[in-house]
Amino acid sequence: MKQKLHEIKESFKGNKWAPAFNAIHTFLYTPNEVTHSGTHVKAADDLKRTMNTVIQALIPVLLFGIFNAGYQHYSAIEGFPENFSVLEHFITWRNFVVGLTTVLPLLIVSYGVGLAIEFVFAVIKGHEVEEGYLVTGILVPLIVPVDTPLWMLAIAVAFGVVIGKEVFGGTGMNILNPALTIRAFLFFAYPTWMSGDKVWVHGAVDGLTKANSTDAISGETILGFLAQNRAEDYAYSISDMFFGFIPGSVGETSALLILLGGLYLIFTKIASWRIMLSAVLGALAMGLIFNAVVDFGWIGTYSKFYSLMAFDFWKHLIVGGLAFGIVYMATDPVTGSQTNKGKWFYGFFIGFISVMIRVFNPGYPEGVFLAILLMNVFAPTIDHYVVQANVKRRKKRAEKAVIYTEESASLETQSA
Amino acid sequence: MRFALSMLLAVFLQPNINGLKDMSQDIKIKKGLSINLLGGAEHTFHKEVASSTYVIYPTDFHGLTPKLVIKEGAHVKAGETLFFDKNRPEVTVASPVSGEITEIARGERRRVLSIKIAADKDQKAVENETISFSEASAAELKAYLLASGVWPFVKQRPYDVIANPAGIPKAIFISGLNTGPLNPDLDFVLRGQEEKLQAALTALKKLTPGSIHVGVESKENSVFGTLDHINLHTVSGPHPAGLVGTQIAAIDPISKGELVWTISAQDLVIIGELLLTGRYNASRTLAVTGSSVVAPQYIKSKIGAELTGIFEALGVKDGEQRFINGDVLTGKKTSKEGSLGFYNTQLTVIPEGNDYEFFGWNKPVFNKISPTRALTFSWLNKRKKYDLDTNTNGEHRAFVITGSYEEVFPLDIFPMQLLKACMVKDLDDMENLGLYEVAPEDFSLTEFICISKQPHQDIIRKGLDLMQQELG
Repeated sequence: MKQKLHEIKESFKGNKWAPAFNAIHTFLYTPNEVTHSGTHVKAADDLKRTMNTVIQALIPVLLFGIFNAGYQHYSAIEGFPENFSVLEHFITWRNFVVGLTTVLPLLIVSYGVGLAIEFVFAVIKGHEVEEGYLVTGILVPLIVPVDTPLWMLAIAVAFGVVIGKEVFGGTGMNILNPALTIRAFLFFAYPTWMSGDKVWVHGAVDGLTKANSTDAISGETILGFLAQNRAEDYAYSISDMFFGFIPGSVGETSALLILLGGLYLIFTKIASWRIMLSAVLGALAMGLIFNAVVDFGWIGTYSKFYSLMAFDFWKHLIVGGLAFGIVYMATDPVTGSQTNKGKWFYGFFIGFISVMIRVFNPGYPEGVFLAILLMNVFAPTIDHYVVQANVKRRKKRAEKAVIYTEESASLETQSA
Repeated sequence: MRFALSMLLAVFLQPNINGLKDMSQDIKIKKGLSINLLGGAEHTFHKEVASSTYVIYPTDFHGLTPKLVIKEGAHVKAGETLFFDKNRPEVTVASPVSGEITEIARGERRRVLSIKIAADKDQKAVENETISFSEASAAELKAYLLASGVWPFVKQRPYDVIANPAGIPKAIFISGLNTGPLNPDLDFVLRGQEEKLQAALTALKKLTPGSIHVGVESKENSVFGTLDHINLHTVSGPHPAGLVGTQIAAIDPISKGELVWTISAQDLVIIGELLLTGRYNASRTLAVTGSSVVAPQYIKSKIGAELTGIFEALGVKDGEQRFINGDVLTGKKTSKEGSLGFYNTQLTVIPEGNDYEFFGWNKPVFNKISPTRALTFSWLNKRKKYDLDTNTNGEHRAFVITGSYEEVFPLDIFPMQLLKACMVKDLDDMENLGLYEVAPEDFSLTEFICISKQPHQDIIRKGLDLMQQELG
């Protein structure tokens, strides 16, 4: 097979379809390319391995999301089980089936549409298919509500890949995170669908379950409850929030698995620990400020922000998409800050602004994707100032430059 | 309390801070990566292998446009000028041996590619009058070094080219230790050469009002430990601690307008011998290294010597091999029939990696070096030695990952930003971000670990060329 593929590759050389074939070929085999000039040996890592590591860190989150989709669906119909046990009520066949039938199509549409566009652009522009979409493709189904219609997702993916990435020149050149561009497109193009309480739990929208229950299912998220000042109405415990047995976008609910994924990415040195740590600090800082506002009595229970502001500052990290955003989206190296010092500022403001938007946004109580997109725009500015500090230092040093001419040199040697 | 004390001390020592760069320093490099390969040279000498032909490649001298002074069929002595630089006629390159010019190969637009010399049985050398280098003036010394053909050993920064003889450097830097992959052990190679080294150092000291800085691993073991006219610094840490650029940055970095010279330690020996005897002796002590060499060890040879004999004597394993003039990070590709480059003191042979690897991008990797832990396991045992081949381990991509270059790049420079400035030919940014301070070799480690497989050294080389052309 190796030899056969090699022959096909040779026959494709110079052909405009070569990038398409090479993308599949290099997926199976690391190419036989050797060094020419420069270093004669190279380290083991390439972009595929890097992207693959991120995907590895996302697989547990995806699997959890599949089971949770089923669990939330049945819990909404039948009520939450008493004496909840993970094996009995969560990792069950029927949860898996519901999850798979809802999440898998999202994944297929995301990869199908996205990769198709990547291939088309690679063939037209005659460059290799870059691996960026491997991660974007799995991120997208994880950050959308489970009942997102597939046609909407397809349009959003097309928009995100073309406008968010390809027009800038492809992987490595884009300014905005493509997955978040897709998410933002969905939010702004179909606001009535993407917000509210219907879309988070499978079946809620079409009222599938009306036959079984007198009420239609409510799929309200915790943040949704809080935004309506109905903090007392949700029945989720802190451990539910931490382990992730709550409604929300497919992959965002399990803080535990996201934490483990984050630690794996830090351990493998693929994602920046600086961004993750500073984003957590930023979120906590904003949360503490809001808590303080409540504690000092500057705001009363009558305020529509009261419940969100009074929400314990650290709980912001375990509900909604904040943890997921910090670990998997803020750390995107292309759209994030590129200097180590800049990463501290970049991460901090993502956490800080996320919680701020979350509290003050009346229509939709989530702000992570907006905060990250905002900081994507500001990342080059942050880097500019960090780099300018280095440039200034160099210019200052240059003021004392030691430059010799024939005369000054001979004077110097005589005095020495 | 301690902080207050140290502040106080700093205030008292203030007047001396400017003088600090002239004192001996203890340089500890933390960022970097030592690439441990199989095939290090044993500390033994193989007996010298006679070479019947010698080849000089004008392309070894970056930026030099050769103007030949000899013709095919002419007879030259060792030390006789073969060509000079068209732009700076005083810079000459000499023949390493006496013999007959048998072939001058030319390429596009009649550019001289190589000059082949068939060596005489009885070697005759140009006998220059010896110069009293401790008394001669700077101008006399310069003229002497230029005329005898050893000037090309003196290189300058900015631009990493042969030093402009009209320039007066603020300091001269010499690295007395090697940290690159399988590099020759300088303490071993230079043993017994103290007299020649001292002669060269005494002469060079006259060419700069500043200092000659030498970085060594330990003052006790290095031959430089007992020499005069130098500022000795101890340098420790992983590669690139041994690169002269790293030491310049730590001791006295180059600012805009400044000029420094760099000379490799083994080239000093040739300069020193010339000053002592009046003869240009192009002898080299070579480390023949690499996992594909059967008996890696040291051997004496001469600049331009054909390599076939050396490789046959030490043995090269079967299979398709990469022959390198230099080390695996900065060396030039050659062949078994090639010749020793002008500046090279090392030969490396490693296997070619012209093969596909099934699912190579997601399998756990145990037999390659990696700066990450993404199912790569070189972090488990930092001392393990590897048998790397020339496979690129992936395809060329746009810059994606950030922060990884900084881990192996000890200079106070933003490496990716500088590379991008060179790629888009932004002269202001190139200058502001510190291109004056670097040579392509300073970017060899970042190139090695680059996930996007970008040609960093080539990008920097082109940036330097552009800058020299535009700003002179």
